[in-house]
Amino acid sequence: MITTLCLIPLVGAIGSAIARSRPIALAFGLATLVVSIIAAARFHSSHQGFQETVDVSWIKDLGVHWALGLDGMGLLLVLLTTVLVPVVMLAAWRDHSHGWFSWALALESFALIVFCATDLFVFYVFFEATLIPAYFMIGGWGGPKRSFAALKFLMYQLGGGLVLLGGVIGLYAVQSGSPSYLLTDLQHVDMGTAAGRWIFVSLFIGFAVKAPLFPFHTWLADTTESATPATSVLLVCVLDKIGTFGMLRYCLGMLPEASHWATPVVVTLCLISIVYGAFLAIGQDDLLRLVGLTSLSHFGFIALGAFVFTQEGNSGSILYMVNHGVATAAMFLVVGYLVQRRGTASIRAIRGVEKGAPVLAGMLLVAGLATAGLPGLSQFVAEILVLIGAFDYHWWVGAVAVTGIVLAAIYVLWMYQRTMTGPPDPDPGGATADLTRVEVAVLAPLVAALLFFGFVPGPLLHLANPVSSVLNPSLAVDSAGAAR
Amino acid sequence: MVTGVFHLLWLVVALPAAGAAILLLGGRWAERWGRYLACALPIGSFVLSLILFSTLLGRDGNDRHVVQHLYTWIDTGHLTVRADLLFDPLSSLFLLLITGVGSLIHVYSLGYMAHDPRRTRFFAYLNLFVAAMLTLVLAENYLLLFLGWEGVGLASYLLIGFWQHKPSAAAAAKKAFVMNRVGDMGISLAIALCFTTFGSTSFAVVDAGAAHASRGAMTALGLLLLLGACGKSAQVPLQAWLLDAMEGPTPVSALIHAATMVTAGVYLMVRSNAVLDQAPAARTAVVVVAVVTLLWGAVIGCAKDDIKKVLAGSTMSQIGYMMLGAGLGPAGYAFAIFHLLTHGFFKANMFLGAGSVMHGMTGPDGEGDVDMRHYGALRRAMPVTFLTFAMGYLAIIGFPGFSGFWSKDKIIDAAWHEHWWIGALAMLGAGVTAFYMTRLMLMTFFGEKRWLQGVHPHESPRVMTGPLVVLAALSALGGLFLLGSWIQDYLAPVVGEPPAESAGLPAWLVSVLAVVVVAIGIAIAWLVFGRRPVPATAPEKVAWPITVARQDVYGDLINETFVVEPGRRLTSTLLQIDRYGVDGVLTGGPFAVGAFAGAFRKLQNGYVRSYALSFLGGGIVVVLALMVVNWQ
Repeated sequence: MITTLCLIPLVGAIGSAIARSRPIALAFGLATLVVSIIAAARFHSSHQGFQETVDVSWIKDLGVHWALGLDGMGLLLVLLTTVLVPVVMLAAWRDHSHGWFSWALALESFALIVFCATDLFVFYVFFEATLIPAYFMIGGWGGPKRSFAALKFLMYQLGGGLVLLGGVIGLYAVQSGSPSYLLTDLQHVDMGTAAGRWIFVSLFIGFAVKAPLFPFHTWLADTTESATPATSVLLVCVLDKIGTFGMLRYCLGMLPEASHWATPVVVTLCLISIVYGAFLAIGQDDLLRLVGLTSLSHFGFIALGAFVFTQEGNSGSILYMVNHGVATAAMFLVVGYLVQRRGTASIRAIRGVEKGAPVLAGMLLVAGLATAGLPGLSQFVAEILVLIGAFDYHWWVGAVAVTGIVLAAIYVLWMYQRTMTGPPDPDPGGATADLTRVEVAVLAPLVAALLFFGFVPGPLLHLANPVSSVLNPSLAVDSAGAAR
Repeated sequence: MVTGVFHLLWLVVALPAAGAAILLLGGRWAERWGRYLACALPIGSFVLSLILFSTLLGRDGNDRHVVQHLYTWIDTGHLTVRADLLFDPLSSLFLLLITGVGSLIHVYSLGYMAHDPRRTRFFAYLNLFVAAMLTLVLAENYLLLFLGWEGVGLASYLLIGFWQHKPSAAAAAKKAFVMNRVGDMGISLAIALCFTTFGSTSFAVVDAGAAHASRGAMTALGLLLLLGACGKSAQVPLQAWLLDAMEGPTPVSALIHAATMVTAGVYLMVRSNAVLDQAPAARTAVVVVAVVTLLWGAVIGCAKDDIKKVLAGSTMSQIGYMMLGAGLGPAGYAFAIFHLLTHGFFKANMFLGAGSVMHGMTGPDGEGDVDMRHYGALRRAMPVTFLTFAMGYLAIIGFPGFSGFWSKDKIIDAAWHEHWWIGALAMLGAGVTAFYMTRLMLMTFFGEKRWLQGVHPHESPRVMTGPLVVLAALSALGGLFLLGSWIQDYLAPVVGEPPAESAGLPAWLVSVLAVVVVAIGIAIAWLVFGRRPVPATAPEKVAWPITVARQDVYGDLINETFVVEPGRRLTSTLLQIDRYGVDGVLTGGPFAVGAFAGAFRKLQNGYVRSYALSFLGGGIVVVLALMVVNWQ
């Protein structure tokens, strides 16, 4: 089942590349979505640990297994991926050739394997493999500086990947006897404090480049500026989640001692990312760079929730990954539609759009307010949980993080004020056409999800909670003790 | 216990919420009948609120506490937040105010917005506001309250910026939202503090736990909530957005920026009475903020020629009185709510009256004129508006017998008992209020005609004057709540009994003094604006206090100098640091990458991709080789 889920898009990638057909690609994207929904239906959300597991010995000499499994966090990210891919394909339909669709499916396949892998080696291999489709999608479609952006992206990611690889090799080296990369085995390896910390550092840097966190973020805005919005959705909303996903599953789950040891530094980086990313976003003139940089701030929140070691912080962090994915996807797509109409992404060059295109403006506002954490929209629930967790960790950490909500309101609403409000552009051809029905239909599921999960986050939290309670065993004991 | 009609509590919120959804999604389909639906639904909520209120009255005093559990909103296994609605004496009064005044303003808007092409959207936003405001006052915990809190903030943002083709309106909307968000930081942290201290944000848990919690935690909690209240209720130092908010259509100013939303901060303070009772330092802070704001707003009201801005300054000032009541503890909670209710009546009355005047003074360009220097002698042209406005005027200055007299008097009296200077400043504020409101009356309805050419004042249609008449009656008779100290007794289960009269000035003397101060304020206004003709343009050479007041006591200048400008500089500095510092250190700067990429391209023109691929593949091969070597 789970192997099928991961490989359907790869088959689709090859098939659509051979047939040079976009409908085939979309069909495979939808098929993957269906399979993932079936997997979700079969999932027992109350169980801890992995389900639907597969474990086949793959490279005997290295102890590598083709081992896949789903836990709540993995399932949430799988669903995020399988939902976003068809949505993005529909959004990309008009101005992307079939090659992009094939790469998108390949990316989906690799990302799904990463989210399902329960063997660190498999995780690493496909972590790197995602770069291939990503590189071609950035370099092949998008703005004039896309070659530069693709190269910078690749250099950064390869650099991060190499550091991560150091950790992978380290884990191999510390194992005595027959080595294994299975997560369940790695959790019980007695590697000693120093080795564990070194391994943590290398894993964390690898993930911090991916996520990205300050100071490893400078590829992000260059990439989102040059890539098409559809590509950016897959990069920022799906691929970058691998970084924070890795922090939770491998750093916290596998190396708890080292994670505690590193927390002061990591929390500081997170806080810097939140505030610094928001300020950079406020100062942007390019809409696509702005959306990219808001994500720096949000990844700061996600990683902060992971590293404050409270159950609500961890649950919030997992939830944040999903909700950020939906909200930012909506943001990228609306901005993409706007840029497509105006032929520029410069905030200064766009004004008064609301008058002629109220639906577009409304969608932008909803997506923007969702990323700014407005209650009633899904990202708020995650954000307040992270804030509570951070405050619980130390009050001043919460106090610094909370400034993010003001800064977010500024970058969203100032951008909205400059582009959407005021008298419409007097230039001929300055009028902006409103969204078409198809475009509204593409955005509708995302907006509906933002609203629904804002009021009913229960289904998502039920998947996230078992994972966060496993990550915080001491806490579970505490509250049990308190209950007695 | 939820019994009988209380099962329908959720409907009070759901009706206007459904209206907002239908009108927003309906688009052109809802164009013809949308506004009537939007009026009918809050009226439905009002009728339901009346039934709920009378049923609650039928219960025993200690049994007036109904919690309806809807569903579990957030559950992380460790902390749980339920979507519960709380109907008790405090929320019941708010329900009546919001749905009652809200319905009247919906009806009034039928006339006021009749010619606006986007009126369906306007009504959708109004319904959204009512639903959010009802959520705010019905929430049983701080997190659900925050949902309503932000909901009204959103509605306020949408409605201030309703005419967003005007850059001033769009800027005002953003300013209001961002300044409110500064306050929201306080609420967010207060929520976090509640969880870490009590493990819950439920009012029941917090109220029960406050007495046993540490003094420091309760002081922090009180101050954080106060920060939130300052944002929403336009109290100093977060006051500057309210004057700009007058860019919104006048019914919005009446409903959101006078009668209901801006008083949410007072509600929050009174709702948190258990916390404030344990935090004397926080209560002192509330009193200081309140006194500063009540004078600040009154000073602004004295110097404005824009009729709506006079009323906005007065709203700030009157909310200052309510906050003062809340800061005075058990002696003032009930009166804070009492003044909130009467203010809701008379201020909505006057804002709608101002809207009626603007409607009548509409010039050839189709824009309503707000400049009082262009008014004068309107009492004959608009008799109904004049008479109803006069009721509101008499109420706000505290003319004996009118609603504002009773409610303000009680707060001033309680202030005297707290400390003489608080009472004295509150009384001074009453005098200033009498001055600027008399000035407004004289400039608008009396004196010479100063009408611009092409302006033909006329009375507004019935659909607008009808709500005015109802609100005028409430402004006059609102004091009846106090009969037999009904309101204190009714609210006592929530906020506690006011303490028995202590030593100090007797209440009758305070009342007499207040009336004297008010009379002095009226007299000065009459000497300046009644006896002499009012210039049609504002005099330029004026004494410095007037200059200060015209500049809103430099609120914007302070924000600009100490927050906006440093923020702007910080942003551009960080952008430079990011470009040349962070990016530079890690990748040799954009130039190095650019040069590298350029060289790369030159050498390998067109083959960059395949090179990158082999780069990747090579890396993986090397690594695999390393592993095999290490293995043995």
